[in-house]
Amino acid sequence: MLIFIARRLGIMLLTAFVLTFVVFFLTNLPPNLEKLARSEGSVRMSDESVTAWIEQNGHGGSVLTRYGQWLGMVPGWVLTDEKGVTRGRCIAQRQDPAEASRFCGILQGDWGNSTFFKKAVLPSLGEKLGATGWLMLWVMIVMVPTALVIGVVSGMREGTRTDRALSTFSIASTATPEYVSGVILVALFASPVTGLSPILAEWGWIDGKTLFLGAASPDKITFWSFTLPVLTIALYGIGYIARMTRASMTEVMTAQYIRTARLKGVSFGQVVIRHALRNALIAPFTVIMLQFPWLLNGVVIVETLFNYKGFGWTLVQAAGNNDINLLLGCSVVAVFVVLVTQLISDIGYVFLNPRIRIS
Amino acid sequence: MDDALTWGAIIGQILMQFLPVWIALVATYAVSITFKRRLGLYGKLFDSPVGMIGFGIVMFWVFTAVFADQIVTFDPLAQLGSKKNLAPGSVFADAAEDQYKYFLFGGDHLARDVFSRMVMGARSVLSIAPAATAFAFMVGITLGVPAGYFGGRLDTTLSFVANLVLAFPVILLFYLLVTPEIRLTGIPVVLAALLFIFPIVFLTILFNSRYFTDPKKRNLYVGMVLVVGLWAYSGLAFNMDPLGVWSMDPNLLNVFVSVVFVNSPTVFRIVRGIVMDLKARDYVAAGQTRGEGPWYIMLWEILPNARGPLIVDFCLRIGYTTILLGTLGFFGLGVAPDSPDWGSTIDDGRKTLSLFPHAAVVPALALMSLVLGLNLLADGLREESLRD
Repeated sequence: MLIFIARRLGIMLLTAFVLTFVVFFLTNLPPNLEKLARSEGSVRMSDESVTAWIEQNGHGGSVLTRYGQWLGMVPGWVLTDEKGVTRGRCIAQRQDPAEASRFCGILQGDWGNSTFFKKAVLPSLGEKLGATGWLMLWVMIVMVPTALVIGVVSGMREGTRTDRALSTFSIASTATPEYVSGVILVALFASPVTGLSPILAEWGWIDGKTLFLGAASPDKITFWSFTLPVLTIALYGIGYIARMTRASMTEVMTAQYIRTARLKGVSFGQVVIRHALRNALIAPFTVIMLQFPWLLNGVVIVETLFNYKGFGWTLVQAAGNNDINLLLGCSVVAVFVVLVTQLISDIGYVFLNPRIRIS
Repeated sequence: MDDALTWGAIIGQILMQFLPVWIALVATYAVSITFKRRLGLYGKLFDSPVGMIGFGIVMFWVFTAVFADQIVTFDPLAQLGSKKNLAPGSVFADAAEDQYKYFLFGGDHLARDVFSRMVMGARSVLSIAPAATAFAFMVGITLGVPAGYFGGRLDTTLSFVANLVLAFPVILLFYLLVTPEIRLTGIPVVLAALLFIFPIVFLTILFNSRYFTDPKKRNLYVGMVLVVGLWAYSGLAFNMDPLGVWSMDPNLLNVFVSVVFVNSPTVFRIVRGIVMDLKARDYVAAGQTRGEGPWYIMLWEILPNARGPLIVDFCLRIGYTTILLGTLGFFGLGVAPDSPDWGSTIDDGRKTLSLFPHAAVVPALALMSLVLGLNLLADGLREESLRD
């Protein structure tokens, strides 16, 4: 078991290095740096001064060295210009160059400054992640139980009318990406001109113009503002998890020990709850863990659609405004989330499944 | 001055506009159901109600894409009149004598006709999604079959690379790969050069492994593949086709390559899994005993037996690719800013979503119905292919 975890960790580290390098390489392409120079320096810079700006601000040299500096495994760049002022990656403004540390990268906790937020990346990312955390929490609370119940109920008696209806619902929900369900939900419940809201307002059942709000903010989490974003993300995942649960449930229900239990005279409900459920839930566990990266996508779309200022919104702003440090920070977080959930799902699978644990 | 149309009249007008599609659909169903016993898996599809419904929805959009020029009521890119965000069924006040008189699904924020844009969107989506999926399958099969069959270090390396791509959140990858800046660096062309070579490699190995004992036939088939393949390759990947038949807009190439790149690792994993399962079968051992080469066994013994799950996954994956293309459009990373593809129109429409929802809801429903149709079709195919 220990060797297994150690090997997984090794592969994970290697993956993390390769992925962050690819992201670093793609965000630091020459055209991006030129754009950065023009937005940080001046728009009307000549091509020569752009090249000079890039050199003077530590963006010259090979990609590998710059990647090392960004990671914090290679000493940060230090440059002394004609006026004798020494500047460097690790030297803060008005700081004596002699006092500055040699290494400053993400490993030392220095994630650089965001040109979009005009402040350090790490605290702003932390704040946005907190906002997204709340959204994710509610999504999980809604999505996982709903999906498991749908899957278990439809898989417990295969081929019945309930099963057909629930399976059709699952297929329909996997066919509806977040940007489609979000648009439809807003049109139905959060538009003052169409859907339910004008009818309800006419009857005097709701105070405002719309039933739910079409925008959400992390400062004020209410039922009325959070329902639509949470539903939008959850809906897409529900179908997928439910189908996996159903498949695993139908397989378990045909197993020998279920028949034995039934023949012994155990009631159907008891068989489902005591004998089938535990074995049927092993496969969905992996699927739920692997849903996290996919939720990340949903979060980006939903936060853009509902203008919720969280992690996904930050990622879009960073990419749209050529904010290299912020985008790198977002990528590190995203890659970290993906790899950790993969690891947990691997280890969890082994723990839950005695057949693998013993061999 | 005419009045605006009621919803009943709108639906009637739309059904009329889709007339060529209805005729084509009825013809397809009539022919298919008559000869369904002689059409193999395709014919069996018509035994399953789910599969028939799914196939109907998919073919509806396919025929819409084909007959789009006859169905549209206005030029999908033109700005019509001065009134914006008109409600569905509104009258087009400045209509010329020979022009259509109504905005069937209303107008968008630039006074373009939502209905015409939706119809043309079907063409732009259906010309990219199946092709991109096919390329992803070529890449996935060419790498996945040997990885599953030989195993060992080849498998470890390829799986590691596939997992690398899969560990990227898709949207982040799109934001990194589909940008105007990256087009300047030529990375999309490098990726295209890498990915577009796979169909040629696949077909060459396919024919060579079967006909190498009969050089005349082998030279004919392999020669044809190489001539046509490399000709298309020079045009599609490098835009250097000497005859100018094959070419791809750089924006489109960028989108296309990124979608293929995102899809291939998943196909690779699926193919690898199936091959690992099938290689323990007796007919593989029989082939090995006969002294067949590994490539012959892989491509002519194992692959045909893996076709069931692969066809099902192909349908599902076209749907997934449609969703990915929509995502790209939704974030404004699409083919062109005024392109009528559904993702971009949803993105345009969401700015006025709460007051004029029709501009976003119409393409959203269109996209959803196509993906739903593909999912149902895949479900029907899976059911029917498992039956025998």
